[in-house]
Amino acid sequence: MTNHWKDIKNADVVLVMGANPAENHPCGFKWALEARDDRGARIVTVDPRYTRTSAVADRHLQIRPGSDIAVLGGWIRKILDEGLYHDEYVRAHTNASFIVSEDFGFADGLFTGFDEATSSYDRATWSYERGPDGFARRDPSLQHPRSVFQLLRAHYARYTPEVVAQIAGCSVADFEAMADIVCSTGTADRAGTIMYAVGWTMHTVGAQIIRAAGIMQLLLGNIGRPGGGINALRGHANVQGATDHAIVAEILPGYLRVPRPPQASLDAHLRDHTPRPLAPNAVNYMANYPRFMVSLLKAWFGPSATAANQFGYHYLGKPADDATWLSMWDQAYQGRLRGLITLGFNPLLAGPDIPRLLTAMANLEWKVVIDPFLLDSAEFWRAPGVDPSQVDTEVLYLPAAHWIERGGSFTNSGRWAQWKEAAVDIPPGVRSDTWILSELFWRVKELYEDEGGAWHEPIRNLRWDYANPREPALEELSREINGYDLTTGRLLSSFAELRDDGTTASGNWIYTGSWTEQGNMMARRGTEDPTGLGFHHGWGFAWPLNRRVLYNRASADANGEPWDAARAGIRWTGVRWSGDVPDYGPTTPPGGAGAFIMTEEGVARLFSTSLVDGPFAEHYEPAESPTANILHERVSVNPTVRWYDGVRESLARSTDDFPYAATVYRVVEREHFVTSHVPLLVEAMPDFFVEVPEGLAAEKGVANGERVRVWSARGEVEGVAIVTKRIKPLTVNGRTLWTIGIPVHWGFKGITTGAMANSLTPFVGDANTRCPEFKAFLVNMERAT
Amino acid sequence: MTLSRRDLLKGTALAAGGSLVSALGFDLKPAYAQSRELKISGAREYKTICPYCAVGCGTIAYVHGSGGLNTTRSVIHVEGDPDSPINGGTLCPKGASQMQLAMSPRLEHTPKFRAAGATEWQDVDWDWAMSWFARKYKDARDATFVERDAEGRTVNRCEGIGWVGSATVTNEDAYLITKTQRALGIVYMDHQARI
Repeated sequence: MTNHWKDIKNADVVLVMGANPAENHPCGFKWALEARDDRGARIVTVDPRYTRTSAVADRHLQIRPGSDIAVLGGWIRKILDEGLYHDEYVRAHTNASFIVSEDFGFADGLFTGFDEATSSYDRATWSYERGPDGFARRDPSLQHPRSVFQLLRAHYARYTPEVVAQIAGCSVADFEAMADIVCSTGTADRAGTIMYAVGWTMHTVGAQIIRAAGIMQLLLGNIGRPGGGINALRGHANVQGATDHAIVAEILPGYLRVPRPPQASLDAHLRDHTPRPLAPNAVNYMANYPRFMVSLLKAWFGPSATAANQFGYHYLGKPADDATWLSMWDQAYQGRLRGLITLGFNPLLAGPDIPRLLTAMANLEWKVVIDPFLLDSAEFWRAPGVDPSQVDTEVLYLPAAHWIERGGSFTNSGRWAQWKEAAVDIPPGVRSDTWILSELFWRVKELYEDEGGAWHEPIRNLRWDYANPREPALEELSREINGYDLTTGRLLSSFAELRDDGTTASGNWIYTGSWTEQGNMMARRGTEDPTGLGFHHGWGFAWPLNRRVLYNRASADANGEPWDAARAGIRWTGVRWSGDVPDYGPTTPPGGAGAFIMTEEGVARLFSTSLVDGPFAEHYEPAESPTANILHERVSVNPTVRWYDGVRESLARSTDDFPYAATVYRVVEREHFVTSHVPLLVEAMPDFFVEVPEGLAAEKGVANGERVRVWSARGEVEGVAIVTKRIKPLTVNGRTLWTIGIPVHWGFKGITTGAMANSLTPFVGDANTRCPEFKAFLVNMERAT
Repeated sequence: MTLSRRDLLKGTALAAGGSLVSALGFDLKPAYAQSRELKISGAREYKTICPYCAVGCGTIAYVHGSGGLNTTRSVIHVEGDPDSPINGGTLCPKGASQMQLAMSPRLEHTPKFRAAGATEWQDVDWDWAMSWFARKYKDARDATFVERDAEGRTVNRCEGIGWVGSATVTNEDAYLITKTQRALGIVYMDHQARI
């Protein structure tokens, strides 16, 4: 989240799209209800289903799964055409005035620079025209035909209400009624927020959906403001923290980059990731990348990390290619992965394409499952339809301690790290994750010491000065994450103190300030809220630097006056900034530097080269789509999607065989899979079901409560049909389309069992993030006999 | 004779107000005192965080048992933390049933091993389990470690082991996973954020 849970109460419009927080984040969603009760905010939902959030919303728009960019593009067009943007904000805080290279263009579904052979873009033409000073040229009037503002207008001119309605399957009138609300916050005295979740990320265009939302929110002047922002609602207790600390293929803690093979030295790596400013007043904060990277290497390799060995740069593995979820399973599927370790995770049910994952798991030599419960993934060798005698994979299961038995911190969606206490002891026979990780590390290290083997200098040199080396204390790890001055041993209070000369160490620079000489900031329980805006600076610790709203300099105008005095993010007092922890120098006067300190431009990007599939978001159809792309039929699907071997063949070939759109989702009584072990929740939501629209049920002769079989080109499920009015038929490009909803929570372990929804989903992911396309695929359905 | 809840409350009020003998003909005072004893009395409060979604609801776990010799601490009740600025004491159905997750009889207490082709698990001890784990890990690392790639570039990666999870562990353990696995040269690594 750019903002945080309680900040939702400051909004005038709450757009919920790609999420269903009334169901999946109920205690966070109450802040949206409070916004409505206290300030008359409008809550609106856009979703393929009428959800529990829709039930309490002021307005709902039903769309086809995978048509989000069309809808967002339609709103962007309306905002530009009707002058609904926050003019002063756009001029002061975005790159609208930047002039783009004359080589840039977009035609027939492709941006310039596309290479057919590699299915990828050379992004060189997506750049700014530079002046003699090396900085980007700008046209403050925004009239230059190649200014970002005019290119944006031209790009989205195609997204007329009629085109959007055709793609999304809604009526023009419904689209326009929703647009009137969503596009109403482009003034200084109004703020609108967006709540989204995996309904946006789980698409082959997931990252671009979020970019489209970013463009819209910037045009409306909603980024950086209380009551504004783009807020990702995350689905596991510490999914934010586990990402910050980089249990992620392509990043290191604090979003530093994993080195790549061409980066032959630390200097080469730093050069690639240390941006240069594109505007004279850009703070360009990531120019500090070397300080963060060297401090991380010092935290990991201690005295062994010296200038002479490039601070241990080559101790880090450089992957040959993408190494994320789908690529990992593809390696296993191809028989190239020997072993797999899963910790606190049930990957088999998580999917996608469970039949493929079962083969991939059976191709492993060994698998280790670390979890408090003996979950489905541990017993994949006896999943329904699998003959154990044919599975040679050796499997080890280790019972690990539960959250209630452990202290430590979780970071919520709003970036608030909160410390928790261990309530009960770890029972006999069970071990903590810390113990298991340390024991594994020590035993492997001892094997290398005893018998040698592949290169193991980093194992020997990993810094490990914990009081109990076989089980470090969480507090020790926490202080290591915060970082300290190696010359004095003093805990640091800001990442501004980090150095690139090896005199500081920090395991994760964005958490610097979380455990200082003043103690554990994450354990703070101060409830004061002097501004009434809900910042709560005395409660826990929000990264970075306890800042509660990211980009908060943009909550004020060029002179440092808040856009809305009643909802001031920060305010220039003449001497310093007051309010939230400013993302600007605390005493830097307004006008001294661009508001967006993290970009090379010093302003926010309406046009961006950071994604691989285009500088503007464009509508592409899902990999499995019920229709051709009416904007550009020849480039129907995102052209930069990576196709793993055999995956194209695993997709539906014809809508005659698979005529219905389908999507998967959660229900409030369950959380993915662990709740299968909780009696009260199983009782509340016992059985797998399929949500079938009324008209389709009538067509198929299915009555409410009867069983249906649903199948995709990959697998099938069978369960009780919930015949519903909540999903209406859509008219997509002139054809009637039915959508089917399928919850994900069941497997073959647990108090009750049921069909596995991800048997249906396709093994294909977003071009940028490789997040699988769980949310839009094709199925067929019949009454089960 | 049946007593409605309303009657009972009235009786309680009377008893609290000093009335000695109820309509039942005997003194209800001690019995009411007993019934007013909360189940959490004597419990110790621990401040924790709900383990489900990422709203981060503050939660209070009420625990019985001193933790001393021959005692087992046990969660007897869970409720929302009213001080939390995030949830203000509220919890959803999942959060409100955390106790059943915390104290589940379905939690495992013994490592298990499943041999190639086997139809059942066998219980194993921790020493055996960790020795087996380390042996498999090292052998796979030795067999698939690449110091230099085909172009002669230093890459120092282990290609044969994957790591997944987790969004359910603390920041501190998440950090320790990254620190140890990156030092071991793992490159295939992901967690729930991707899916």
